[in-house]
Amino acid sequence: MARKNARSLRAGSGRMRFHGWRRENKRVGVRNHVIILPLDDLSNAAAEAVANNIKGTLAIPHAYGRLQFGADLELFFRTLIGTGSNPNVAACVVIGIEDGWTKRVVDGIARTGKPVTGFGIEGTGDLMTIAKAARVAKDYLQWATELAREECDISQLWISTKCGESDTTTGLASCPTVGNMYDKLIPKGIHGVFGETSEITGAEHLAKARAINAKVGGKWYRVWKAYQDDVIEANKVDDLSESQPTKGNIAGGLTTIEEKALGNLEKIGRDCRYIDVLEPAEAPRKGKGLYYMDTSSAAAECVTLMAAAGYVVHTFPTGQGNVIGNPILPVIKITGNPHTARTMSEHVDLDVSGILRRELTINKAGDTLIDMILRTANGRLTAAEALGHREFVLTKLYRSA
Amino acid sequence: MAAPHVLVHDKKDTVGVVVVEGLKAATSMLCIVTANNSSFRLKAKMDVPIGHKVALVNVKAGDTVWKYGHDIGKAVANIAKGEHVHVHNLKTKRW
Repeated sequence: MARKNARSLRAGSGRMRFHGWRRENKRVGVRNHVIILPLDDLSNAAAEAVANNIKGTLAIPHAYGRLQFGADLELFFRTLIGTGSNPNVAACVVIGIEDGWTKRVVDGIARTGKPVTGFGIEGTGDLMTIAKAARVAKDYLQWATELAREECDISQLWISTKCGESDTTTGLASCPTVGNMYDKLIPKGIHGVFGETSEITGAEHLAKARAINAKVGGKWYRVWKAYQDDVIEANKVDDLSESQPTKGNIAGGLTTIEEKALGNLEKIGRDCRYIDVLEPAEAPRKGKGLYYMDTSSAAAECVTLMAAAGYVVHTFPTGQGNVIGNPILPVIKITGNPHTARTMSEHVDLDVSGILRRELTINKAGDTLIDMILRTANGRLTAAEALGHREFVLTKLYRSA
Repeated sequence: MAAPHVLVHDKKDTVGVVVVEGLKAATSMLCIVTANNSSFRLKAKMDVPIGHKVALVNVKAGDTVWKYGHDIGKAVANIAKGEHVHVHNLKTKRW
């Protein structure tokens, strides 16, 4: 099997190399964004004004950053710092309402060695802040646009996955396509990650068994069980029959969470095992391999957390046609549903509906996904990028003070 | 081989997934089990949308329903072979 996969890779994908930007900390990015990152909701206006003035920069507005505390605040900082630190970001301007927390984000991003500067609004006002920040953003942009790509081995890629608006075709076609990709590329030394804690329910025995050893499996199970006990059981008012599965899932033919979970888990293939369990937005620290991250199953929240952990290409199987994107992480859409491929073609990067007609094998579909990953890494904009999907959604653990 | 009407993940499964659009009642459906490429025919008892499930055997209320070779919930009504299986006759055992 392994030899057959290796042969088909050579035939299907040519050389397993791509051209990316090697950053100051040696990580490789496949995009070269200069981002204007607001610390908090109050700073969105100034950040967007800077991005409006300096063409080619990207503001990433969001809804939070005020009066958070404890683990919720730690997650907030981890997500913002991780976003700025992602190797798809060349340089970063941070704007906050005050200097203290702004500096905390700047200092966190600065640990990567990349250019980053922060500006506080209090005592200065929006207009002067915009003028000062725009001048720095312009310098960063002109510097970044002169950076050259270099040839890199595919092992340098960090590839995340999460599916959305799933139906029964995701379990049959698009999720096994991602799984086949991981079975081929994890042995080549990439970093992978999957998550969606609530959505493993019904397949938790299988997910636990896919850990590299019993210790990691036990860690995974504690994370899953804590979510069941502390969130689902504490807050549910019904059997979640229209939230998990979603209305879209049900329209697509998925009936129960168990059925959805089994399809979801097809994304990690047959052979690979996860080597650690990450907190939301936590960067992996155990080297190459597949990781599990404790995330929501909501698409934008999950992908935002994976981007903050440092992943640079995302693979997104969809059945009914989830249209999500991310500001800094290219999201590759894969569908096996022929109706979705036809009616929502502008959102689809890879159509694997041939699997349902038995015209396309999972093995060949995995090769075409690897091709699409390399093309995306080399610069092809994904459908979500071309359509302007930049969903940046912070995960909130509880109400702010 | 002709394109299938229904794909079945595992030979243990009691439901399969309709993979063609506009499937009509009384169609003699070609069903393929992806795990071992075996095939069989099944008559559709009703129109079933693409992506939705049909029962491969007669299922009694209370029976566990199997897909991927695993438990995906319990039947809450009797379901005849060839009938549509969805939220009206299958429920989660969780939550």
